[in-house]
Amino acid sequence: MKRSIPFLIIAIVLVVALGVMWKMSSSSRQSNGPQPVAMPSPGSLPSGATPAHVRGNANAPVTLEEFADFQCPSCGAYYAELKKMEADFGDKLRVIYRENPLYPNHQYSIIAAQAAEAAGLQGEDKFWAMHDKLFENQSTWAEAKDKDAAVAMFVEYAKQVGLNPDQFMRELNGEAVAARIFQDGKRSHAMGVQSTPSFFVNGKEATGESWKPEGLRKMINDALNAQ
Amino acid sequence: MISTPKSTAFSWTYLIAALVSLIGLGDAIYLTVQHITGASLRCTIISGCSEVLSSPYAQVGPVPLAALGAAAYFVVFSLAILAAFTYPLVKLLLKILLCLMFLTTLWLLYLQAFVIHHFCQYCLLSAAVTTALTLIVFLSSLRKKTV
Repeated sequence: MKRSIPFLIIAIVLVVALGVMWKMSSSSRQSNGPQPVAMPSPGSLPSGATPAHVRGNANAPVTLEEFADFQCPSCGAYYAELKKMEADFGDKLRVIYRENPLYPNHQYSIIAAQAAEAAGLQGEDKFWAMHDKLFENQSTWAEAKDKDAAVAMFVEYAKQVGLNPDQFMRELNGEAVAARIFQDGKRSHAMGVQSTPSFFVNGKEATGESWKPEGLRKMINDALNAQ
Repeated sequence: MISTPKSTAFSWTYLIAALVSLIGLGDAIYLTVQHITGASLRCTIISGCSEVLSSPYAQVGPVPLAALGAAAYFVVFSLAILAAFTYPLVKLLLKILLCLMFLTTLWLLYLQAFVIHHFCQYCLLSAAVTTALTLIVFLSSLRKKTV
């Protein structure tokens, strides 16, 4: 009997370890099968910055709300996937972008969010142009030697997307920009966003397998089929 | 084949090593799940988790490095428990495995410091656990030899 005790302990730890792994990743199972599509009730959550940054058909049946950080590598990697999804789903999908800078993990995340929001003050299309620029050049500006060098790059991007650089610089550290990031942050906190990028399809969070591009596509399709 | 215990003696040193390895196992399981789900982790103490965990060094082929770490910690736990119950031979296997893990830890610390230029707190915890395990097991052996 005594000889079997260590093997019993090992077996118990193995079962517990596998159980913990299963529990931690169990949220991925939510993606298997049709999902009830839940819309956030307007009164229960902070609205985030208004008007929100929306790309796509304003009356699309499915809304994909993204909480992202311009300096987060996963967000940068996902950027191209989202572009493909937007093209594939066309008028059926609208995308909302929410600022969720993970500062100080990403040292230029806030100033990058400010750059995008300052661009947005010169037009919604300018926000998205800067949004694309920031993600497409993430590996360049993320390596800037300091904040001033990063800002210099952002000013260059601002010129490239047709912004007024003086106005851009004036508004970069302005209250309007700060307020928008703060409002998105309040919504992010209320919705329990823990990491970036986080996605919500018609208000339902994409977790586990659903977070991955194929899973997210399936979630969008399920939401479309539920209409 | 694991041989039977030499005696009814019990080694508390190896039991402590087994308990310490559980910390590493938990850390590695957490990182494995995060890797599989693909989210960018929020570092709570230091920055750099995203950079380290999304780097090409975070996986060996298709296998997340954290999953290999979890497997290694589980084997360490198993061997340490058997060693605690004074199964012979497993102590040697444990020492060999810990040597390999310690060398891997040094390599990963080098990558974080000089290649990726960022540190990840979960990886540093794992490095601390492996170092502690190595010290516990080898210092205990040295002490027994000198007694």
